[in-house]
Amino acid sequence: MNTVVSIKPLLAVLVSLVGAFFILFTSSKRQNLRESWTFIAAFIKFGIVLSMMPVILHGKVIKLTLLEIAPGLSLMFKVDFLGIIFGLVASGLWIVTSLYSIGYMRGLKEHAQNRYFFAFALCLSATMGIAFAGNLLTFYVFYEMLTISTYPLVTHNEDEEAVKAGRKYLTYTLSAGVLLLFAIAATYLYAGTLEFMPGGFLNGHNIPIGVLQFLLVAFLIGCGVKAGVMPFHAWLPSAMVAPTPVSALLHAVAVVKAGVFGCVRIIAYVFGPVVLKDIHMWLIVAYFVSFTIIVSSLFALASDNLKRRLAFSTISQLSYIILGAALLSKASLTGSILHIPNHAYMKITLFFCAGAIFVKTGKKNISELDGIGWQMPITMGAFTLVSFGMVGIPPLCGFISKWYLCLGTLQAREFFFLFVLLTSAVLNAAYFFPIVYAAFFRQPAGGRPAFNEASLPLVIPLSITAVMAVIFGIFPNFTFHFFDLARNAATTIIAGM
Amino acid sequence: MIHQAPILTIATLLLTAFWVPIIGMFKKESAYYIALAAIFIAFAAACGTLYSVLLHGPIHYHMGGWPPPWGIEFVIDYLNAGVLVLIALISFLTTISAKKSVEQEINRDKWPAFWSLYLLLIMSLMGMTETGDMFNMYVYLEVSSLTAYGLIAMGEDGALIASFNYVILGSVGASFYLLGVGYLYIVTGSLNMADLYRLMPGLYHSKVVFTAFAFFMVGIGIKMGLFPLHVWLPDAYTRAPSAISALIAPTMTKVSAYVLFRIILSVFHIQFSTMIIPAAKLLMWIAAVGIIYGSIMAIAQKDIKRMLAYSSISQIGYIVLGLALANRMGLIGGALHIFSHAFAKGCLFMVAMAIVYKTGIRNIDEFKDLNKKMPFTMAAFCVAALSMVGVPPTAGFFSKWYLVLGTISGRHWLMTAVILASSLLNAIYFFRIIEKTYFSSFLGGGGHGHHKTPTVVMTEAPAMMVIPILLMAVGILAVGLFNFQIIHHLLQFIVPGGLA
Repeated sequence: MNTVVSIKPLLAVLVSLVGAFFILFTSSKRQNLRESWTFIAAFIKFGIVLSMMPVILHGKVIKLTLLEIAPGLSLMFKVDFLGIIFGLVASGLWIVTSLYSIGYMRGLKEHAQNRYFFAFALCLSATMGIAFAGNLLTFYVFYEMLTISTYPLVTHNEDEEAVKAGRKYLTYTLSAGVLLLFAIAATYLYAGTLEFMPGGFLNGHNIPIGVLQFLLVAFLIGCGVKAGVMPFHAWLPSAMVAPTPVSALLHAVAVVKAGVFGCVRIIAYVFGPVVLKDIHMWLIVAYFVSFTIIVSSLFALASDNLKRRLAFSTISQLSYIILGAALLSKASLTGSILHIPNHAYMKITLFFCAGAIFVKTGKKNISELDGIGWQMPITMGAFTLVSFGMVGIPPLCGFISKWYLCLGTLQAREFFFLFVLLTSAVLNAAYFFPIVYAAFFRQPAGGRPAFNEASLPLVIPLSITAVMAVIFGIFPNFTFHFFDLARNAATTIIAGM
Repeated sequence: MIHQAPILTIATLLLTAFWVPIIGMFKKESAYYIALAAIFIAFAAACGTLYSVLLHGPIHYHMGGWPPPWGIEFVIDYLNAGVLVLIALISFLTTISAKKSVEQEINRDKWPAFWSLYLLLIMSLMGMTETGDMFNMYVYLEVSSLTAYGLIAMGEDGALIASFNYVILGSVGASFYLLGVGYLYIVTGSLNMADLYRLMPGLYHSKVVFTAFAFFMVGIGIKMGLFPLHVWLPDAYTRAPSAISALIAPTMTKVSAYVLFRIILSVFHIQFSTMIIPAAKLLMWIAAVGIIYGSIMAIAQKDIKRMLAYSSISQIGYIVLGLALANRMGLIGGALHIFSHAFAKGCLFMVAMAIVYKTGIRNIDEFKDLNKKMPFTMAAFCVAALSMVGVPPTAGFFSKWYLVLGTISGRHWLMTAVILASSLLNAIYFFRIIEKTYFSSFLGGGGHGHHKTPTVVMTEAPAMMVIPILLMAVGILAVGLFNFQIIHHLLQFIVPGGLA
């Protein structure tokens, strides 16, 4: 494997860390200056990540060792196929989310905007760190940093509900973090290394099967809590009290994606297909997340609050990614990894739409949305488009990842999961299409409302992400080469090299 | 000059402590500045000592040129050179930030006496760190206790009782220690630690040695506030003047913990505690119970200083647990925790001092909007709190990491669970404060996030108080990020040969 030493991953992490302090120390009266810091940091970060992409695409790995933390263990960055995908998604969407945040926060005249943008920038630093972490310890450092920096965002409203949601969030994520720490420490003692390897590094250390099984469970719960895997999902719907751009960030860009990203890392880069099959755990994991896929869709059906419905939809979609990884076939891994960016672009659009509706009309519930499509055609148009993608209808990007996931179930010869995926698609349709129907085909009591779209900083981001969702459906390799990266990642994992 | 550095730390402080009350008779304000200058010189000497140790290896300094075992010897190896600089640095920073608080809390007439005792306390702590002689250790131990009694007694209402409690228990502890020294002297005829270490293996069957060991454990246990010998600690920390809490919390219990390391590792052999008597096992359980007990009691407190005091009891448990694991990772984790906890707890008590100085608030329930009044102080508080919880990349995370590695490699699963559970308990009582401070603007008011926050005027503590606090916060991060350097250059040498 070719390795290139470069300081770029560190810069990608640092740029928003430094930017965060510029934001914090800018007077809250000089909003435009403060927001420029966010944009400067966001664009530089995206540029850095993008500049690493061609190198990675050519099969090289970018490595940077920072500090030695313990004998044979260092704080280390390693950018590979999987990491660059997550890095590209998070840094790219930060730009859009920032624009949207400005529209949203100013539209609602929110308090403590300095803290908000500060914490947001910190979150992105942590996310980059997670994406580019070269070993489990580095991963853990940034994973915990993400937990802490998201807390002020969840509690942003500072009222009873928000404080409670914050507590719930910390209870779940810190407990999971502790479990993860234990698993990492034990792995270090057993294996003597923590460095991620495609195809896993636990093979050939003569670790007893029982220990490996226990470790896998500890790892997957540790990461699964952030990914919202049932029954560890309860914090996620509660965290919906946060401002909508935060929900968008939580769901599409950073927190839950860090959780699934962690699960994929654990499954494919720590344990690897060989070990997972040896310890007879892959099917158990797959059945476990299948339960989440179906049941959370049912929860989504039952909730009237729009953001809550989207939250349960996220829980279900994230488990697709874990399912794909757990099936351990080339196609399912490709689909699983590809679903990280695809779901990100689609879900962020949906949240942006929910936020735009709230800022414009103050409506939070689906039952109030009759005829809203006539008032906000662009927003609801984007919503409709992306709903099709969530169900998996071509030519939206959701189709491609789901297609590969389905192929993967066939490759793995586990037809039950094909059934799960298809059922879930039907359920997705069942909870998205009524919203679309109500928005465009139902008359509200006072007749059709006149055209009255949300402000541009809200509409532009959601249009961009919706268009991207279509573009990635038609040209999966558009600019970012997500498809090639995902397929190469899957190949290296299967080949174990 | 540099080879006199070890004695310079003690001598400067001792001699200045003598002059402070005399000069103070004429000019009360001068006492502080003289004390500060002396502590700075001691700090510089401590750095010189560390530098010399790093360059040329351990120092053996013979008092008055008398060679041991007859003369008194200072032995400064890698571990105590580090602890020495730690004590000196934290004392120096605390002293800088303590000025205003002392002026506010202590009667003007008592200033010279206060600073004199203050210097003697720091002197004794440094002496305990440097000495290689068991009886000399006792002398410093007594000096530290006596000065601490006096300083604690200068605090608020109830300080006298708190101090009296400490006098009684401290004296019992010191007596136990002295008896231990006497018993060892009976069987070995030596007071020098290195000498004892050499003589000890032949005497491991002796009941006298067993008894001496038990006496040491109880004596040092009281001094360091180890559960269940901690009863003096919460009151003393709560009632003492804020500046004294900020000085003794990070230093005194840590030095005592260091002494425990010394006695178990380099007076007795570690095998004595693991193979001959089940001391390590017993200590481990005591530490585990203490960790949980301290954390739970901390959750129950409303007074910030009292909460921090109980948290100290829990954290001392971490250090002892690391020692009691008696394996490589555990020892390193325990020793590293001396450093990380000294910085974190020092920072927290300094923050408490600044808050009390500026607002008079002690009750956590009244902390609302404190972040707007004192943004820098509270930012430092957050860093220290994260270190206590063990969030990377703070120092607390790395000591926890090594301790967890130690428990796993020793297959003490229950201890792993204790450490991890305790970090969650810590999260409860620290995030409670953070939540109260930062996120309760609209609690109970029925308001929503869309209102403008009522303007709170920023009334930060004076720069002289805040800058040392921020430096402590930086120290927490530095110990975290450079923990490998600390371990590589200082702590790895404490692990006895042949230990996994």
